[in-house]
Amino acid sequence: MNLLAIAFKSLKQRALSSSLTALSVALGIMLVVSVLVVNSVVDNTFNQKSVGVSLLIGPRGSDLGNVLSAVYRIGKPAENLPWRVLTEDLPNAAKRIGGVKDASDIIDWAIPMTMGDVTQEGSFPVLGTTPKYFKMEYASGKKFQKKGELPVNSFDAIIGSQVARENGWDISSQFSLIHGGADGHVHDEKFTVVGLLAPTGTANDRTVFVNIEGFFLISGHEKPPEDAISRLREFGYEVTPEQEAVIREAAGGHDHHDHAGHDHGAHAPHPIPDDLKEVSFILVRTKSSTASIMLAGELNEGMRAQAVNPIIVISRLMKLFVGNTRKLLLFLTALIVVVAGIGIFVSIYNSMSDRKREIAIMRALGASRVTVFSIILGESLLLCLGGGILGLLMGHGLVVVAAPLIESQAGIMVNPWSFDVMELVLFPILIGMATLVGFLPGLTAYRTDVADSLND
Amino acid sequence: MSLSIRNLKKSYVEPGGRRLPILNVDSFDIADAEQVVLIGSSGGGKTTLLNVIAGVTTADSGQVVIDGTDVTKLPEAGRDRFRALRIGYVFQTFNLLPAFTALENVLLGMSFGGRKADRPHARELLKRVGLEHRLDHRPAKLSVGEQQRVAVARALANRPSLLLADEPTANVDTANQENVLKLIREACTENGVSLMMVTHSQDVASQFDRIETLSDFNKPEAAE
Repeated sequence: MNLLAIAFKSLKQRALSSSLTALSVALGIMLVVSVLVVNSVVDNTFNQKSVGVSLLIGPRGSDLGNVLSAVYRIGKPAENLPWRVLTEDLPNAAKRIGGVKDASDIIDWAIPMTMGDVTQEGSFPVLGTTPKYFKMEYASGKKFQKKGELPVNSFDAIIGSQVARENGWDISSQFSLIHGGADGHVHDEKFTVVGLLAPTGTANDRTVFVNIEGFFLISGHEKPPEDAISRLREFGYEVTPEQEAVIREAAGGHDHHDHAGHDHGAHAPHPIPDDLKEVSFILVRTKSSTASIMLAGELNEGMRAQAVNPIIVISRLMKLFVGNTRKLLLFLTALIVVVAGIGIFVSIYNSMSDRKREIAIMRALGASRVTVFSIILGESLLLCLGGGILGLLMGHGLVVVAAPLIESQAGIMVNPWSFDVMELVLFPILIGMATLVGFLPGLTAYRTDVADSLND
Repeated sequence: MSLSIRNLKKSYVEPGGRRLPILNVDSFDIADAEQVVLIGSSGGGKTTLLNVIAGVTTADSGQVVIDGTDVTKLPEAGRDRFRALRIGYVFQTFNLLPAFTALENVLLGMSFGGRKADRPHARELLKRVGLEHRLDHRPAKLSVGEQQRVAVARALANRPSLLLADEPTANVDTANQENVLKLIREACTENGVSLMMVTHSQDVASQFDRIETLSDFNKPEAAE
């Protein structure tokens, strides 16, 4: 009979106490594993690798607010930018960089995004963009997979997997939008789902993408000529009387008829003049990181928009807030494990006075002091490792149960069986803890006087 | 196996610091396969003598030579190993481990000598003491007589050359006394094991050819 088998038998003899002690370790480890899994999910969600964008151009103000809104669809954009930021400022800024003749020398693509509205059903964020959005990598090396078509026509939409699942929408489903402004009215226009995106594990899963032209065609989304001209001037753009006349003429030519209840795909969309359009954000992918830094510098000089590298913003968020929160959670859960370890110590140490005779019998049968010390240490190891393995399973089990809830509430996809390397580190830590808490009771066993204990 | 004790002295220090001599044996021998019963008054040092022979307690001075090995000269780990391999010990209170079944208690007797546990031998021993149907029962489920039989089987598990028995029949009823005694003696005879048994019972003692009274050969000095 080996020493671990003897240790196991001794634990079995005190089944209730042993189980409760192991359970306390298991609960501690369960919490540690849950924190690690959630942390890993947060890491993946906010990790720089998951943002396939070099620069994010948005309104001046909070760079973090812009990133959260544009990339993670958390919150609304503070304000919109004139379309000229996309068509003039961006290429001009690129050209101001030494050696750059054409913007395409350093820019792979620039994708406009308009945001603010939500779906009437489910309140999912609506994002107006171009089909180019779906050609980019949503994460490093990962491209969008879809069923159906991209939203090529004005009132086409493609929806994220969570939207499809929760709203029960499929291709040809129709839906309305709630205006993102103060009044929050329901728009008359109806969009038709033409494509479904495969799950990505990103905020795209809970986003409804509509054709950006269709977004502007919604009544109230394009700027009235007076507002548009005044906004252009606010942003420092020159608007000549000739341009002003063109804007007024173009706006007057755009017929605001009722879009509801008829098939918009059946006729060509009305062209919206650029100066009547606004953009919430522009996603830019540069050809190199150096180009990204230089372009951001040029864009941020003298413009009312701001360009940030989302990677840097997210890294800062992770470091300052998420990282510290993670450390705090891990510290608290580690404390729970330490308390459980003290529980093991108390349980074994208290049992030692009752087991002096048992130890003396083993010694009388020829067990050395080291042997009885090892048996007690073995008990501590079995409790810690048994509790640890149970805790590992319970931790992942907890995440299995919580995953659908997290997904529905936070839109974050959680793989309960994703294994964090830190989980492997738990076991050497548990072995260390077992040795530590088993040492003193083991020493008591080691020092047991055989003759005295047998005579007691 | 032969046991030879020379000039053995053992004393305890009382809490007040007073030295209390317990053993002072000039010479005591047991021949190979001999069965000796040791009688004497309570507190006379019988159990201490067994403990010193088994190496559970150290002597102050003198020799305890078992099959040519002076147990008193061995380091503690050496005494443990020697005990595990060469000495069987039956206690008055059986001292079975409650967490283990009858079979496991016997296997435990084999576990500490570094030899591989011989499960068939353990089964055979329990069969020999009439417990083949109680192999998987824990001590709490066994009668007093059965527990002592398991203790005898455990003491013989390592095929010892010396069996020390400290009042093995004291806690069993009359019917079982006979059985246990018969069992121990037969097992020792069959396996050529030397036996040194402590008893208070004249009935038990009278069954042995050699009866030793401790006070006849143990002359402890006066307490200091």
